[in-house]
Amino acid sequence: MHELSIAMAMIDEIIEQSESRGGLDVEAVNLRLGVFSGVDKDALLFAYELACEGTPLEGSRLLIETIPLVIYCPSCKRERAPVSAYQLCCPDCLVPTPDIVTGREIEVASLEVAA
Amino acid sequence: MTTRMVEVRAKVLKQNDVLAHALRERFHENGTCVVGLVSSPGSGKTAFLEKLLGSLAREYRVAALVGDLATENDAARLQRATPNVKQITTGTICHLDAQMIQKALESWDLGAVDFLFIENVGNLVCPSSYDLGEELRFVLLSATEGEDKPLKYPTIFNSSDVAIITKMDLAEAAEFDVAAVRRNIEGVRPGMRTFEVSSKTGLGMENVVEFLRGQLSISREATEVNVHTA
Repeated sequence: MHELSIAMAMIDEIIEQSESRGGLDVEAVNLRLGVFSGVDKDALLFAYELACEGTPLEGSRLLIETIPLVIYCPSCKRERAPVSAYQLCCPDCLVPTPDIVTGREIEVASLEVAA
Repeated sequence: MTTRMVEVRAKVLKQNDVLAHALRERFHENGTCVVGLVSSPGSGKTAFLEKLLGSLAREYRVAALVGDLATENDAARLQRATPNVKQITTGTICHLDAQMIQKALESWDLGAVDFLFIENVGNLVCPSSYDLGEELRFVLLSATEGEDKPLKYPTIFNSSDVAIITKMDLAEAAEFDVAAVRRNIEGVRPGMRTFEVSSKTGLGMENVVEFLRGQLSISREATEVNVHTA
């Protein structure tokens, strides 16, 4: 359960981004979260609300977009969804590959702010 | 009230990544080969490390950082192999982060260290998100755990470079299926280098020492450290 640490790092980052833009009234945060990030979505939503208390982000909403696992198949030479998260190989040619294209993201994509 | 969208595209763990990058450069400049160890609690990280430090200390200058929620017990054990051991107690935090490593190494002269091992808190989930600046990450799995552990924790296995199967002296008694676990590791991290060892009998330890010996010369020759060399 490290989602509280993740939430706190996220809040620090958003406040920094906000201040560098002259201070934003953040209503919602759009987060891209990979299924292979090691971070649990529900635990993060819970931790975020808790960690926001007493910060300028208190009352803001966290909107999480789940990013699927995509690998690069060296045989088909294109990006594919693997057979499963524990079988990293191309669903067609079954060639295994450690080359992950998406799925590890923990990234603040954008902020919705009061205009 | 109207809202507008502000593009940010910022990594949440940017601060950790920046610190980890600085650590990696420091390790590289000093020619220190740094290996992180992750596993579930009780899979034998400390016993493995104690044995490994003992072997390596005959030829190399070795050091270790060891993370736990509480107690200095592991540091005391590892100090039997080398005096250069520091315990990091994290309190309630379930993983090590780059800042803890930076703080622990503040006064250390890394120029006098060939191998530095960082033993993470026993946990197969949280440490996977935090880069510690290590050159290689070893994930340990013992013969008394289930063969499907790599499938249950694919993220940590995938983010590691080398798998170590420990307690192989108990494999027969535990009816541990090595071929199955190797298949599972291969599924989660194709091409992963895997060693079978017993810290108790010393079985297979020389192979790990030999691998690290090679890794040290590779990393000292390389101008750019490739994190995923395995």
